Amino acid sequence: MTAYLRPRDLDEALAARAAHPDWMVLAGATDLMVNANHRAAPTGILDLWRLAPICFVRAADGEIAIGAGATWLEVERDAAVCTHLAPLAAAAREIGALQIQARATLGGNVGTSSPVGDSLPVLLALDAELEVASVRGRRRVPYREWCTGYRTTRLAADELIVAAHLPLPGPTTRTVWRKVGTRRAQSISKVMGAAAITLDGDVVIDARVALGAIADRPVRIAAVEAAVRGQRLADAAHAARAAVGPAIQPIDDVRSTASYRREVAENLVARFFHGMMQRADR
Amino acid sequence: MKLAFEVNGERRTVETSPWKRLLDVLREDLRLTGTKEGCGEGECGACTVELDGEVVNSCLVAAGQCDGRRIVTVEGLARGGVLHAVQRQLVACGGAQCGICTPGIAVCAAHVVDRGLIAGCDDATARAKIRDLLAGNICRCTGYQLIVDAVIAAAREVAPGTEGAR
Repeated sequence: MTAYLRPRDLDEALAARAAHPDWMVLAGATDLMVNANHRAAPTGILDLWRLAPICFVRAADGEIAIGAGATWLEVERDAAVCTHLAPLAAAAREIGALQIQARATLGGNVGTSSPVGDSLPVLLALDAELEVASVRGRRRVPYREWCTGYRTTRLAADELIVAAHLPLPGPTTRTVWRKVGTRRAQSISKVMGAAAITLDGDVVIDARVALGAIADRPVRIAAVEAAVRGQRLADAAHAARAAVGPAIQPIDDVRSTASYRREVAENLVARFFHGMMQRADR
Repeated sequence: MKLAFEVNGERRTVETSPWKRLLDVLREDLRLTGTKEGCGEGECGACTVELDGEVVNSCLVAAGQCDGRRIVTVEGLARGGVLHAVQRQLVACGGAQCGICTPGIAVCAAHVVDRGLIAGCDDATARAKIRDLLAGNICRCTGYQLIVDAVIAAAREVAPGTEGAR
């Protein structure tokens, strides 16, 4: 029989995590329970669903902190997120559909670390930092260092994800997110990406560009970021398109082909900069 | 484990594995077979129920997670033998055909109407919102138009926040 624990607070959760590193850490269960009847039952379940200390969205001190247990519905309905972190709100609205958004959590997306996790390129583009905890203490990990391979992360066997900390973009930084899939709702992304582009007039001062579903993990595209620096937006779009191809490793699978993903990734990245042109004119 | 929770306003207890799907607890342990299984992967929405006031796929909820929670299934939409407005309108508008997706659509649509999620919208906006809010409920028979018509008609009947015609 599967053991089950719903901790009352974070200390109890961390003690249980340390004592039972083999237990399944479960929150919204939208990934871990897919085809549950055809999977082996876990030894135990550490149920973090609605664990109060990790269920929050909080704006303070030049950042927005989102608890690992916050659902995407809570994220997309948060006024501060919609105002300051529009790409995250946009990604949240396209994760599954209403039923999935009501259950799936930020911690789940970050912990599962699927290469098609829709929020993950946003966390890269917005330069998020993750807060993790264990009975040994708390630590912060820049999200750009979090993913170590296909569905592997820097989370230790006794640690739990507590929150993501997202710095508010500055007044000259524009942000964008875009997903390409078979259908807006429910479909798993073929390619998706996010960017944070800092402008001086129409000149790109700095850019963080991230893509998902084109490698074994969500990735920042350093070659694009280097190619656009110092360029006017129109030139940056061309430079970005040229730089993205050699920098990604898309695959053929049931959802798409490598060549299609490559072309879409090029168009997507170019459009991030093209799309800024009208906005920069204002 | 012993599970104690509220289902359609009644307190129920079940002895079950915490890993069992809420969908199976409802259908097998409580014999509430109105909730259907479509895909078992959270893609189709046939098994939609309300959990603590939000719509969820019951195939993706572990039984253990339901202890102390409040569930509403399609059997809980009607009150005192009177169908919920969305159920009446699904019938009246022809918004159901084979019927497998219908319980999930009724639960999701009742949530949309009762929560006033399309209240105050003009017709075109309301229709777009309904398609968005019901995007997780897949129907392979009707082409959706009649379902959207039914939700629009139900919303007209129901003042938001009043739990409809129940």
